[in-house]
Amino acid sequence: MASTQSVGEKSTNIPFYRDERILRIFAQVISTVIVVGLLIWAALNFLKAAEARNMTLTFGFLKEAAGFPISNPPIEYDPSMSFGRAFFVGLVNTLLVSVTGVITATILGTLVALARLSSNWLLGRIALVFIEFNRNIPLLVLLFILYFVVFGQLPQVKESITWPGPMYINRRGIYLTWPRLTESGTPFVVLVFVGILLAVIAFVVLRRHREMTGQNTYYVQASIGIFVLSGVIGWALTGGTPFEFSVPVLEGFNFQGGLRLTPEFAGMFIGLTTYTAAFIAEVVRSGIQAVDRGQIEAARAVGLSTTQVLSLVVMPQALRIIIPPMISQYLNLTKNSSLALAIGFQEVFSVGKIAINQAGRAVPVFALVMITYLTLSLLTSLVLNIYNRSIQFVTR
Amino acid sequence: MEEAIRPPLPPGPIKWVRDNLFNNWFNSILTVALLPVVFFALVNVVLWVFTEADWRVVSQFPLLYAVGQYPREELWRVGIGLSTILLMLGMSWGKWGGLLRSISMAIGIAFAFFALLPVQHPALDFSMRAYLGANVLLILLGNWIGHRVAVKGSYILIGWAIVPFLFVFLLTGIEGSKFLPSVATTFWGGLLVTILLSAGGILLSFPIGVALALGRRSTLPVVKAFSIIFIETVRGVPLITILFMFSIILALFLPADSRIDRLVRALMGITFFSAAYTAENVRGGLQAVPPGQIEAAKAVGMNGFQTMVFIVLPQALRAVLPAIVGQFIALFKDTTLVVIVGINDLLGIGRSIINSDPEFVQLQLEVYIFIAVIYWIFSYLMSQASSRLETALGVSTRL
Repeated sequence: MASTQSVGEKSTNIPFYRDERILRIFAQVISTVIVVGLLIWAALNFLKAAEARNMTLTFGFLKEAAGFPISNPPIEYDPSMSFGRAFFVGLVNTLLVSVTGVITATILGTLVALARLSSNWLLGRIALVFIEFNRNIPLLVLLFILYFVVFGQLPQVKESITWPGPMYINRRGIYLTWPRLTESGTPFVVLVFVGILLAVIAFVVLRRHREMTGQNTYYVQASIGIFVLSGVIGWALTGGTPFEFSVPVLEGFNFQGGLRLTPEFAGMFIGLTTYTAAFIAEVVRSGIQAVDRGQIEAARAVGLSTTQVLSLVVMPQALRIIIPPMISQYLNLTKNSSLALAIGFQEVFSVGKIAINQAGRAVPVFALVMITYLTLSLLTSLVLNIYNRSIQFVTR
Repeated sequence: MEEAIRPPLPPGPIKWVRDNLFNNWFNSILTVALLPVVFFALVNVVLWVFTEADWRVVSQFPLLYAVGQYPREELWRVGIGLSTILLMLGMSWGKWGGLLRSISMAIGIAFAFFALLPVQHPALDFSMRAYLGANVLLILLGNWIGHRVAVKGSYILIGWAIVPFLFVFLLTGIEGSKFLPSVATTFWGGLLVTILLSAGGILLSFPIGVALALGRRSTLPVVKAFSIIFIETVRGVPLITILFMFSIILALFLPADSRIDRLVRALMGITFFSAAYTAENVRGGLQAVPPGQIEAAKAVGMNGFQTMVFIVLPQALRAVLPAIVGQFIALFKDTTLVVIVGINDLLGIGRSIINSDPEFVQLQLEVYIFIAVIYWIFSYLMSQASSRLETALGVSTRL
């Protein structure tokens, strides 16, 4: 009888199909066999197919001439350059549109969130319409509207729409007045950069000193002072203006100078920015609303000013809630930049797709594209998660 | 001091305007500055919609937007499928009410509206009007059946489990059959494909997602590793790369003679993608279940499986239901990406209508606005339903 057995005997007499330790190993072996088996089966099929169709399996083609043009490459490129270079051009385009998109979407999203929380009913409604419109339509539809309708119906170069700046908008893109570094610009920028570094160090050191000793060290004023001073010194040392404005001028059939945003880039950039801004606005709004009202009232009660309430009480708590969903919005924006394929902006995925269409390179090219996106995603979330950890509460 | 004792303004439009538009000097300036902008924007939009816009691109092809190139003589199959679903919906309304009541009423009213629309239109002939009207009656009939005591909730649930298969079977038909000739998926399109892909995607991805979430929380290192690798890889790449993988690369990894339908491949891609996100949502719910619940279940003698199925998962899923609905909305919008792999969903049909006639190239905005409005209505209703569901389940108040 089982009930009369001692504990020691029980563990040896248990049938193997009820022994948890054996079952655990068994389950793992089974799952490994299934997954690895599937992978090996797929790989064998693939090798057979590769042999039959004479496909490339190595990355050697990266050094071969790409042979396809990329419109308006951000860095030097022509079809005689290698495929690796073409891919790099695509990567630069992805990074360009993602980074600029993240920055503007964050700013726009925060503004929309503040507008949504405004005590002005009208402003709140406008923000609500913006959010609900963008959140509930597919990004691809938004991109098609922007690219095929808005940019497709812009006037010819000669009849450009002129906005103050000057800024010219026509079928070939958006031409902005943009600061360019002059010859004395580079040392100036270096000096200012050193200044910013010193300002940050001063800020951290002085603030810590204040927190330790309670003396007022005027850390904000000090660091702003250092920053301004570095600019003034830089200006004086390098002599002459570091920047000049490059103004687009109509010469012949096109504009020269200034900064040109191609319709593809502008469509992608505006589409990603407004779409993501709507999501970011909701993230920021819920973060701010999650801060307990009592916190604000308590801060007021101990005599903090409105700025102090915001910067010392509301924002630090709101940020803790905002940062994690914000990270996923940034990742979404980066991944959504692959939709550029549909409107002809040539980033990683569309460059990859051209190469896939060239015979026999599908798998290595595809692996490259996937690895690139994975690396981008993992790097972004790694950096932002470190930041996130640094601002979260320390809990036991 | 007479001011101080004057009673506050009675509630009314003037007080509302004072409180919400002119409550301080900054808001007053803002209101004055914004009013003309809003006014002109509204006037322009209304003028464009009713006078400038040419809605022929929409009104000429209602069936194309609805079902794509699905053979017109076989359209009754889509109709019967839809009617079955509506009957089921009506029965569920009768049984459970609540949110289902609003959904049924909204659909019924929309159908009745089109059935009685006093406009001459080739697509709205007598048989179509009769069909729409009959569907309204079907919903009501379902409601009546659902109220019968003899009809148990479990019967209706079983019905819901069968309906999707029935629907897909009706649409595909049988090879060589006279009564139900098979219709290749290349003819399927429009809203039908959008809904099939998104509903199919969420239904299929849900069990996989739950399994992956459990795998990720598993104490078995190998299972945990596989789950993490799958989830993080899929979440790290854009949906479009996964769709491409399934539409182009997958064929290379299967035996040379195997062929998978391209709609199925797209559905597989969407399912895989969605499963990884469902897994992360469900994991959040699993983490929210207090450990005491599991300990209590163990204490009353439940085994691991019973604890999971009867104690942990119900609580976890209830907690993450809003997140899953949110993900369903995202998935619904993301199905537009299948356009890029050449499937004619709603957006794809819109594109092909634009490209079918040089005259229509000037009318792109109308097409895209129409499509955007359809997506908008669906997504907005789903998010509203989600927040009502949240209240009904007491997600934010209990647990």
